[in-house]
Amino acid sequence: MPKRSDLRTILVLGSGPIVIGQACEFDYAGVQAIKALRGEGYRVVLVNPNPATIMTDSGLASVVYLAPLTVAELESIIAKEKPNALLPTMGGQTALNCALALAEAGVLARYHVELIGADLSAIRMAEDRDLFRQAMGRIGLSVARSSIANSMDEVLACQADFGFPLVIRPSYTLGGSGGGIAHDMDTLQMICQRGFSLSANHSVLVEESLLGWHEFELELVRDKADNTMIVCSIENMDAVGVHTGDSITVAPQQTLPDREYQQLRNAAIAIMRVIGVDTGGANVQFAVNPQDGRVCVIEMNPRVSRSSALASKATGFPIAKIAALLAIGYTLPELANDMTGGRISAAFEPTLDYIVTKVPRFQFHKFKDADNRLGTQMKSVGESMAIGRCFAESLQKALIGLDENIDGLKPMISAKTLDSTTRAYLQHELQYPGPERIYYLADALRLGMPMAEIAALTHIHPWFIAEIAKIVHAEQGLAGQTYQTLTTQDWQQLKRLGMSDNALAVSLQVEVQAMIAARKQQGILPYFLQVDSCSAEFPASTSYLYATYGGQHQESIPSDKPKILILGSGPNRIGQGIEFDYCCVHAAKSLRALGFDVLMQNNNPETVSTDYDLADKLYFEPITEETVTGIADFEKPDAILAQYGGQTPLRLAKKLEHVGYHLLGTSSHAIALAEDRQRFSDLVASLHLKQPQQQMIGDIPEFLKILPQQGLSLPFPLIARPSYVLGGQSMVIITTIDQLTQYLQGLIAEKSQTSVQLDTYLQGAVEFDVEAIVTPERVQVVAIIEHIDPAGVHSGDSAMILPAQHLTSVEQQNLITQTQQLAKALGVMGLLNVQFAKYQDEFYILEANPRAARTVPLIAKAFNIPLAHLGVLAMVSAMISTTKTQPLIEKAKALLNQVLSSVDASQLLAVPHAIFVKMAVFPFDKFPGIDPWLGPEMRSTGEVMCAGATLTQAFARALQAAKVNLPALPLQVLLSVSHHDKAGVITLAKKLQDLGAHLFATKDTHQLLKHADVVTILVNQGSEKKLNMMDLLESKQINWLILTADDGYISSEANAMRRIANRMGIYLSTSLAYAEQVLDVYHAQSILDYAKASESTTKSH
Amino acid sequence: MVWRHSSPRALLALANGQIFYGIAIGAKETRIGELVFHTATSGYQEILTDPSYCEQLITFSTMSVGNTGINDADNESSRMQALGLIINQQATLAAHHRRTMDLSDYLKQQHCPGLAEVDTRWLVQILRQQGAMAACLTHELTEAEAIHEAQSYHGMKANNLAKQVSTKDAYAWTEGLDGKPIADLPNAPLAVVYDLGVKYSILKHLVHQGFQVKVVPYDTTLETLLALKPDAVVFSNGPGDPAACHELLPIIQHLLIKQIPLLGICLGHQLLALAAGAKTLKMPFGHRGANHPVQDLQTQRVLITSQNHGFAVDDQDFPTSLTTTHRSLFDNTIQGIQHNTAPALGFQGHPEASPGPQEATVIFERFASWVRPRIDG
Repeated sequence: MPKRSDLRTILVLGSGPIVIGQACEFDYAGVQAIKALRGEGYRVVLVNPNPATIMTDSGLASVVYLAPLTVAELESIIAKEKPNALLPTMGGQTALNCALALAEAGVLARYHVELIGADLSAIRMAEDRDLFRQAMGRIGLSVARSSIANSMDEVLACQADFGFPLVIRPSYTLGGSGGGIAHDMDTLQMICQRGFSLSANHSVLVEESLLGWHEFELELVRDKADNTMIVCSIENMDAVGVHTGDSITVAPQQTLPDREYQQLRNAAIAIMRVIGVDTGGANVQFAVNPQDGRVCVIEMNPRVSRSSALASKATGFPIAKIAALLAIGYTLPELANDMTGGRISAAFEPTLDYIVTKVPRFQFHKFKDADNRLGTQMKSVGESMAIGRCFAESLQKALIGLDENIDGLKPMISAKTLDSTTRAYLQHELQYPGPERIYYLADALRLGMPMAEIAALTHIHPWFIAEIAKIVHAEQGLAGQTYQTLTTQDWQQLKRLGMSDNALAVSLQVEVQAMIAARKQQGILPYFLQVDSCSAEFPASTSYLYATYGGQHQESIPSDKPKILILGSGPNRIGQGIEFDYCCVHAAKSLRALGFDVLMQNNNPETVSTDYDLADKLYFEPITEETVTGIADFEKPDAILAQYGGQTPLRLAKKLEHVGYHLLGTSSHAIALAEDRQRFSDLVASLHLKQPQQQMIGDIPEFLKILPQQGLSLPFPLIARPSYVLGGQSMVIITTIDQLTQYLQGLIAEKSQTSVQLDTYLQGAVEFDVEAIVTPERVQVVAIIEHIDPAGVHSGDSAMILPAQHLTSVEQQNLITQTQQLAKALGVMGLLNVQFAKYQDEFYILEANPRAARTVPLIAKAFNIPLAHLGVLAMVSAMISTTKTQPLIEKAKALLNQVLSSVDASQLLAVPHAIFVKMAVFPFDKFPGIDPWLGPEMRSTGEVMCAGATLTQAFARALQAAKVNLPALPLQVLLSVSHHDKAGVITLAKKLQDLGAHLFATKDTHQLLKHADVVTILVNQGSEKKLNMMDLLESKQINWLILTADDGYISSEANAMRRIANRMGIYLSTSLAYAEQVLDVYHAQSILDYAKASESTTKSH
Repeated sequence: MVWRHSSPRALLALANGQIFYGIAIGAKETRIGELVFHTATSGYQEILTDPSYCEQLITFSTMSVGNTGINDADNESSRMQALGLIINQQATLAAHHRRTMDLSDYLKQQHCPGLAEVDTRWLVQILRQQGAMAACLTHELTEAEAIHEAQSYHGMKANNLAKQVSTKDAYAWTEGLDGKPIADLPNAPLAVVYDLGVKYSILKHLVHQGFQVKVVPYDTTLETLLALKPDAVVFSNGPGDPAACHELLPIIQHLLIKQIPLLGICLGHQLLALAAGAKTLKMPFGHRGANHPVQDLQTQRVLITSQNHGFAVDDQDFPTSLTTTHRSLFDNTIQGIQHNTAPALGFQGHPEASPGPQEATVIFERFASWVRPRIDG
């Protein structure tokens, strides 16, 4: 059956900003789908406000709209572009919800847009718990007993029926937002209230608990001829009760005999049919009772998902691509399996001869006071996947790949025996899983806790525990050994289990270099095997590879072409997200276009960079010194690109140079010069450029000894900046000696830093990002970006204006000149990002990043400047020339000159068609107990960017795209500003008055405004009963809290107020600059007008 | 050291001279036979007990074998049938609520040797490129001796193994898919099954379809068969070269003339083809897996099937009396046939699955639909 010829234009919806539960797996899916659809000759219109994605790049879709995913915006796009069909299955829950909303608003019918991939009834039946339950009943499958509740009374009725524990799942949310497990009345009340407010239709599912059952997922594809294939089975090592996104999972399933597995397979296919997913991919989750094999269906997603991205990477079967092609009418036998070069069709089920393990990455340290126990609501921000020939190997590789500075199963406790205290502690950690349970499990094995006890506490299948025990036993067997006494067979056994060189060196108490030398001498080297989807039954034509010590033959053949190894950025995390993957993907494309053989090394299954056809070879491996040198020793690349993948590869730069590899672009020496705070500060001083006053603390314990009497040479407030961090990790604002002491003691305890730099905090300063390309010949500034949030808020969290709107041409020239001076002095080659603060009309240099920065994709989208590509050209231009590389270098130089000669510096400020606003999105609603303060440590998970004819319009659209609900009129505003903001608050308050806002203020702010003739209601702080501030917030009489606090995150009262605001869903502004921008939106009534305006301002690439 | 294997090493010698060392598991025995590979990731118990693997050493491509142990319900015959197994990893611990013993104990009990910690992926590649070949698995012979033994193996061609594995005495089968015996159904049609190495699951499916099932030995004559008054006859799966089973062809030909509904599965399918005048050939490395796509040529629907065959029906000189109903999407080999004038069909894969996907059970349904209930009771 051929593809459909009645369709011409297809609308694809992206998933919007990266949030917990919806990450870059949908960029990966969307890119595959768009490529497939365009390859078939369709015109593809894409709407996605996420600027960091590959999918929104020019040239991929036919037309791209960086627009909010709202019915109004989408309707205007549909009216203009006239798509024949909408493919809603590539953009996660967000896109499905959008499709439903468009259908319900009559838009799809009005413009004759057909839903393809999944129809309305299928989406409804899969998403609506009640309909789903009925459907399962029709095909004889069980689901947990459950009931939909629309009120607390209905919840209580269910509880009386089902007992405790109960699982609560709000309807229509993603990543299980707001869900939880209640063991008692109090938690039940709390979870349900939150669930009702988060649910789109104010309902929650109250469900009998399947806690402790084993969880399995099947990934399916189905075509219109009813051919249905299971692409992959995934087993969750963590039992039901931990969200699958937070679980350690393996593929294929390991603990079901064939009979039970086929039962799930049959059920999954029956579900696909009854739900009515006629074409495309889906995911079905099952719970299996380990005692008697009873099966319950947990849920079904009628779309591609995080799990389908994992399944695609685990098997080599491109689910999103195939699903897109099925949606336009192809059947599976008509489509080729790329892995085998089309030798077989896509109508088959992949079979694996390795095991894939995925482990989640958590960042609870960024959300102090958040509950770190895992439950039905997803809390992880990224994942690391690894492929191995046994579970021990793949698990250890996956854990090492988390990039959390661990070498394997790190010990959590120092106890040497399993005394009663230790046992009780371990029992608790095993029974109530937190982010580090896997390590506690290893500790329990180390101390001799019986496997049966561990299995009973964790509900983890004993097979997994026994496989983990092998690692522990190997480690214990090394006691008293030296590396000289190990035989070749010993080495093989140890490395087969995935023991890292670092871990072995620790166990054998030897320098790692000596250990590595000994290993190599024994001939113990990694083998690189292919992922081929068919267990070698057919010859593979793609080079999707993994390393293993459990092999005896080599499948990767190094070419002798000019070759570059690109190091990716590893798991997504706050501060190092999709932007870096974007850069690596562009590097691969640019380098291949120049004629290099490109090797990509990365281990994040959600990404485009780990798609099998992006590079000449994909090494799906963690980014560590051991793995990088393992590959590099084997492949012998001409250079390694470490500056595009964020801090993960950058940290390896020096080591790689040390062992003789060339880095592409900026040398490790120059990187160190920029990253080492002291050296950078000296360099800036030597150039006579301004920087905040600073003090380096080289020896923290010594410094603490002389504090508080002496030692500190700066006035408060201060910003503390450790070296070599991304996303402002461990950066804080400090206002008192006590806080400083506390902070420094914290650093000592974490053992993460030996030195720290203190800067004067330039309060209220405006921050600017300057982006430059540095070539051997010139330093070309390509963009200047202005922040809306004041300096002190991390640039990843701050709202930004592209291009900067409030600079004179003299100021602009000043920034350009300073950047040029800095670039030359640093010896940067390639990309350079410099951050400046404008404080009392002077520019201060805050930091320089000689690497790809978060701003690279923003600049590409706003100014149509392919910064990542230009950076690659610049770096290649500066490569050491050999006979092999020389023609490629010349080509890069020529291309670069051609592009740069056309860049007109005078255009930096004036982009004719639009102003862009980038806005960050935060995961605060996932962590109800935390303080949503914005400071120097980045806490946003993703971002959106929208254009407007004016700044206000762009800002308003960005708010919508970020799904920020501004407070409804009439505004009930509580003002409480810091000493520093006293001047600014008067104007702001007057503007608020003009809008008819009811103003409340805390004591100082109230007094100040009174003098300026602005009437506010005084609210009482502390324990006073009358009109108490806390009560006011708790009772939701306030819908906008404007709270600026000098004292950062430590102030107890501001801290408490922000927590309440977060918990109660009260709109919060933590800077006047930002609040004013929001006010402008009300004044301009942009909220009402944007839809009309968007037609003329959306950017079409 | 705890982690240092105390298990002795053993070796696998291939007829091409290659040697693989690994950890000896299971029984201490030397075995010589045809080395094949299987790509299923679950179902080792069903595979190892399938009589079709007679005289074969099985390389499992899957990462780990033995994870769920051995249970009472999943055997496909009364004993271990494969000669030995070569695996990447044996599970350290097996657990499942149906488990009754561990794989390693079962191997010992059944005198079956195995070799673990072998790069089975490499073995698969060798067999894929050079074809299934003779091999010797041993813990006691030298490399040279083992290679010599492997090279001396007579091979599968012209090897009548079906006769060897078939039951000695006829017996009635009453167990259904749930493992429970079905009470006597007076009007149920009788299916007589020629045991050429039959899997229990085939018998269970026939019971499930409403048949009374009688299993007869390989050498059951036409007269003995007809005396049973069969309403349908099934030629089962089994090991070895179909061409070696020539004494069965006249029986099949007679049944075709008599219009008695006939189902051939795997080897039985090949025999039906031979009886109708087709030829069979030895495949380079065969089909052994649980992911094989087979297309129904009439409906275009794809069935994911369980497969285990080293011979196939030849496309050359294909008789006009047969219609090809199914083909493999892997290599286009004939996977299903139907007789044009008699109620007979053959299926190359395993409609009874076990292990593997169960969607080809439609073959049993189709076959059963041809058979009327008995009138004489």
